[in-house]
Amino acid sequence: MQPFTVHTGVAAPLRRTDVDTDQIIPVRFLTHSSRTGFSDKLFHDWREEPDFVLNDPAYAGSTILIAGRDFGTGSSREYAVWALQNYGFRAVIAPRFGDIFRGNALTNGLLTVVLPTEIIEQLWLLLEADQGHQVTIDLVERRVRAGEITAAFELDDNTRWRLLEGLDHIDLTLTHAATISDFEHQRRPALPATTLLR
Amino acid sequence: MGKTLAEKVWDTHIVYRGEGEPDLLYIDMHLLHEVNTPQAFDGLRASGRTVRRPDLTLGTEDHNTPTVAVDKEIVDPAAREQVSLMRKNCAEFGIELFRLGEEHQGIVHVIGPELGLSHPGSTIVCCDSHTATQGAFGALAFGIGTSQVEHVLATQTLPMGRLKNMAVTVNGSLPEGVTAKDLILAIIARVGTAGGQGHIIEYRGQAIEELSMEGRMTVCNMSVEAGSRAGMIAPDEKTFEYLHGRPAAPTGAAWDAEVAYWRTLFSDDDAVFDKEVVIDAATLTPFVSWGTTPAQAGPLGDPVPHPDQFPDPVERAAVQRAQAYMDITPGRPVRGLPVDVVFIGSCTNSRIEDLREVARVLDGRKVAPGVELMIVPGSMKVRQQAIDEGLNEVFEAAGAGLRFAGCSMCAALNEDRLTPGQRAASTNNRNFEGRQGKGSRTHIVSPAVAAATAVAGHLAAPADLN
Repeated sequence: MQPFTVHTGVAAPLRRTDVDTDQIIPVRFLTHSSRTGFSDKLFHDWREEPDFVLNDPAYAGSTILIAGRDFGTGSSREYAVWALQNYGFRAVIAPRFGDIFRGNALTNGLLTVVLPTEIIEQLWLLLEADQGHQVTIDLVERRVRAGEITAAFELDDNTRWRLLEGLDHIDLTLTHAATISDFEHQRRPALPATTLLR
Repeated sequence: MGKTLAEKVWDTHIVYRGEGEPDLLYIDMHLLHEVNTPQAFDGLRASGRTVRRPDLTLGTEDHNTPTVAVDKEIVDPAAREQVSLMRKNCAEFGIELFRLGEEHQGIVHVIGPELGLSHPGSTIVCCDSHTATQGAFGALAFGIGTSQVEHVLATQTLPMGRLKNMAVTVNGSLPEGVTAKDLILAIIARVGTAGGQGHIIEYRGQAIEELSMEGRMTVCNMSVEAGSRAGMIAPDEKTFEYLHGRPAAPTGAAWDAEVAYWRTLFSDDDAVFDKEVVIDAATLTPFVSWGTTPAQAGPLGDPVPHPDQFPDPVERAAVQRAQAYMDITPGRPVRGLPVDVVFIGSCTNSRIEDLREVARVLDGRKVAPGVELMIVPGSMKVRQQAIDEGLNEVFEAAGAGLRFAGCSMCAALNEDRLTPGQRAASTNNRNFEGRQGKGSRTHIVSPAVAAATAVAGHLAAPADLN
């Protein structure tokens, strides 16, 4: 997983709320059984609208997406995260995220930054006035900077550390392998097992 | 201080807890389906790992599988490939898999409970957000992403940040004609699509207790649409009766011991909830969604809200967009809107009680001309039971067939989908733009309203017929 420390890039303003994962990656593309190859499937159906933000050449090569509240609601498909990353996004900024999407994003090193609606609005106005303007997301300081705008954001210490180091969840868990075995020995014996189904 | 039901179940599954770290939870049951899993198995192989507990893992084929000709080779090459990968991966790693056409196959959240795999007090995960369905048994059940699937396969654990607790109390009894589906739609409209975010919802109160297990599953299923990853209902005699005798339910002395334990799984009187919502069941009526989020919904006869009723400009724009997409007029009810298709199915509503409800409404009546009615049972067992009870004869007499089991038109990953502009009354759980096919227009409803709509040819409740 690529570490995330301080990133500066072109930001795209997505002036929409409730962007569900069916919009981020329509279900018909989920039969592609890989984590790569989704960059032209990102927001596929919305990109057919001529004035959709990603169709504007000013935002080509954008690496930060700034969206309205409730980004990533709906289906748990992790493809939504891969599609954003395959396209080139390193982070999404929104007032609120769908829980499952946020978890998937942070697992993959796609940083989700929560900022108040008022700051999002200021960022949108800045980006629309000066298309191609860059935004800096500093995970070390937990701060977003763009022009005159500076905003602090929250992220728990453990996730921040994991993203700064680029660490994989499974490696971290397996450091507790012995504890997992101990736990298994004291589980209730009548808990379900699929061997009972044969 | 007492604990909530969710806290009790969570705390008995903590393998490791470190300062400032998410809790490492043990997973009692890991369910898989063919769509979100190939990458997880590839990841296992790439890192030289194996499945730690194949005996706690089960696969099914449900999302992109056809609901007709299930004994033939799958026509769609992409679906055929994904199912083939599922079969290879499950065989390679020793995981039990219920294949298309087999007796136990079905939608993952229908077959889990059916097989008695949903034990109160257990943790259940699956690469599908509607895993929340199984919380109806007092299990902590939630959807996970593909990387988390790989994590559970490799370690049988999952690091999870602790969630807050929300109580939704439904007082009184549901009026005649108002179902579990109408109840959860009303809850979502009240709470909003983000109301439950960061929380586990516990549903309580008389109306919840009066629901059958299938009704409770319908309610818990759509917890996700209220923003919550998991929804739970405390187990009671109905829960025990449902589980008794099922293949993965304990027997004899083990059964008695488990039931005694399950009886301790309830929120203590002095448990503290971070959020509380109270609903009066007596005020509820059949509900329908009019927009493109599950919260954009209201009583069937109520006028659709006008965008001007939303002071926030971003929200107002969202409502305008939704209404334009759905081609509906604010100020008028959706009752009476003609539909092209009625879909009965999905993990929300495809169990035997749902099919009986549909048969009750269709009995002696016919599907309106120009309307296609699709009835997709949640599992092969539900399908067989429907046949045994003669329900399929009622469906056929009305002009509809009973298909084979799968997610079908809920997610429209297989060939069961709407064409652009088509309007459907659907018993599924999501009405997002393009959900049931590009350009499709979905109205989420209960099975009773769906059946009445099929007869009327337009959105209607059973009470509107004759």
